[in-house]
Amino acid sequence: MTNPAETTSGETPETNALPADSHLPVDAQPDKLAVASQWQLTWWAFRKHKLAQLGLWIIGLLYLLSIFAEFVAPDDPTKQNRRAVFHPPQMIHFVDRTEDGLRLRPYVYEMDRQRDPDTLAISYTPSGEKIYLRLFGRGAEYKFWGLWETDIHLFATVNPRDKFFLFGADRLGRDMFSRVMYGTRISMSIGLVGVAISLVLGITLGGISGYYGGRIDAVIQRLIEFVLSLPTIPIWLALAAALPPSWPIYQQYFVITLIVSLVGWTELGRVVRGRFLAMKNDDFVIAARLDGASERRIIFRHMLPSLTSHIIASLTLAIPLMILAETGLSFLGLGLQPPAISWGVLLKEAQNILSISQAPWLFIPGGFVVIAVLAFNFLGDGMRDAADPYSH
Amino acid sequence: MIWRYILKRILWMVPFLFAVSVVAFLLIQAPPGDYLTTYIAKLGESNEVLDQASVDNLRARFGLDQPLYVQYFKWVSNLVQGDFGMSFEWRQPVSDLVWERMGLTMMLSFSTLLFTWAVALPIGIFSAVRKYSIGDYVVTTLGFIGLATPNFLLALVLMYIGVVHFGADVGGLFSSEYQNAPWSWAKFVDLMKHLWLPVVVLGTGATASLIRVMRANLLDELHKPYVDTARAKGLSEFALLMKYPVRVALNPFISTIGWVLPNLVSGAVVTAIVLSLPTAGPLMLQALLSQDMYLAGAFVLLLSSLTVIGMLISDILLVLLDPRVRYD
Repeated sequence: MTNPAETTSGETPETNALPADSHLPVDAQPDKLAVASQWQLTWWAFRKHKLAQLGLWIIGLLYLLSIFAEFVAPDDPTKQNRRAVFHPPQMIHFVDRTEDGLRLRPYVYEMDRQRDPDTLAISYTPSGEKIYLRLFGRGAEYKFWGLWETDIHLFATVNPRDKFFLFGADRLGRDMFSRVMYGTRISMSIGLVGVAISLVLGITLGGISGYYGGRIDAVIQRLIEFVLSLPTIPIWLALAAALPPSWPIYQQYFVITLIVSLVGWTELGRVVRGRFLAMKNDDFVIAARLDGASERRIIFRHMLPSLTSHIIASLTLAIPLMILAETGLSFLGLGLQPPAISWGVLLKEAQNILSISQAPWLFIPGGFVVIAVLAFNFLGDGMRDAADPYSH
Repeated sequence: MIWRYILKRILWMVPFLFAVSVVAFLLIQAPPGDYLTTYIAKLGESNEVLDQASVDNLRARFGLDQPLYVQYFKWVSNLVQGDFGMSFEWRQPVSDLVWERMGLTMMLSFSTLLFTWAVALPIGIFSAVRKYSIGDYVVTTLGFIGLATPNFLLALVLMYIGVVHFGADVGGLFSSEYQNAPWSWAKFVDLMKHLWLPVVVLGTGATASLIRVMRANLLDELHKPYVDTARAKGLSEFALLMKYPVRVALNPFISTIGWVLPNLVSGAVVTAIVLSLPTAGPLMLQALLSQDMYLAGAFVLLLSSLTVIGMLISDILLVLLDPRVRYD
């Protein structure tokens, strides 16, 4: 990946002398720095960004959760339970005080359900009984990745008949924790798929625009300006309203990602165009052209590789926009429809002021949205700074 | 010179608005079926059946039996004369339904824009001048969270706090007694009492990003030699700051109107639905769902035009304020 022309132009004596404000790590020896590849330099610059690393860890965790959603969720997310309507969240305790001393064992307190005889309002109070939990316990049966059947979960109650609600339950008594886990899978993956679509659009149109310039450039730029000036949400609403609600989930999912990515590509297109314009007359590109390399080869072998880090950074910053878009659409009832579960679908339950005043834990999916978006923004910011290790 | 530039920009809007109208028309045509299908389905729910003859009759009356481009040109030529067509569902001219709501939407967007500037400007300056102070970190953290929180979630949380801790329903733009009252001073005061919540909800995202823009711009300026010169000549720190670097840093700030306004208009739609504000959003959503195409089309078109106008204003302001920007 190292581009000889780029490396030499970046290795001015100043970089070798490592000025105090250089954002490259000081512990890297000057001679090590001189031979480091571009990826190595990028990685060193990225490592200095603490928040970006935090973001990376959180995103990694969220994707792990979504890959293993069935396994992590202790219960079937669609199973209704009339006896657990608006069941409050239960804290997991670890230190168990029994007759024979302290033991380290996770448990929750069982909640008893009462109905006020006058108002018919339901309330829950701890009964004092303990429900013990264990790792890799048995719970609801599921088909892991649709491949093999099992009933082992990351954690479950020791007695499979007991229930516990880490994040409480919703108005139909469904376990919120399990629902949030399944929602994580859909919401986080919509960002990835949407970004993949806008990547294709953005690189193609931005690349053509920047490489050829002239009239094509002007047309594509007007197109981008036009798309940017459209108020996104009314347009999304109009597009999403065209979706028949009777469609199967996977079809809805695909169309929603398509709608969401319609806006994401413009930013990427601009970045790619700008870099192509700037790079078009760089020495290494001219050298390749004089060598008689085909245009295809110049673009894909010489120019795109030095863009990769910028593209990855822009992609990272585009994902949260898509997550937010899907959440907003589903929240309004125009995105994914139940029984599909996404963070937006879950938040739709919180739309009613009566339900949230009774069950504030319905906000929990919103917390996941905020954390995911923050993490992506931190990561993207760090990557954007690291993307050009030769700057400053 | 400046007038020629403004004229040119305004002329540019014509093809732009044409494209917007095509997009709006295609969008409202996109759902399968038309208003009559929805209407018949609705009648079917209440066990009424429309015979084929009256369906054809209705279809001809609304012009739904003609090819798409004929429908489009009829729509656009009426639009140019200020006639937005009839709302099928409300059986009223669309213009009667649209203008008050669009007026409130515009008022909401501009109040939010003013709020955003009033908050973002001083905080941005503070956070650039006191870089890496505790205040700067607090502002930056809050800004990040503001950017990451979807508007509707913030609206819900504030409504929750309002209901649980203050026992007040904070939705809507007017108290019930002023809902249908004619405009008066009392109604205006009542509006102001309700307006702050949507303004805060809508403004957070834009405020957060504007603070970041202002901070970054000002940081670029603060280390330039002219600042040192002014300081060496003994200018007071405040006068120095306000007179030169802030003025220069303001330029990119002005050009943000171009993208802040579309965002506000967009965000206002969802927020309005959550807070049940009598603005364009909720009615547009309803019109889209019932395929009331002229009403929905008018909203999509007007909201898009609003953002185009916002861009025009920001471009003109930029030229007026910064002589270095070229008129091309």
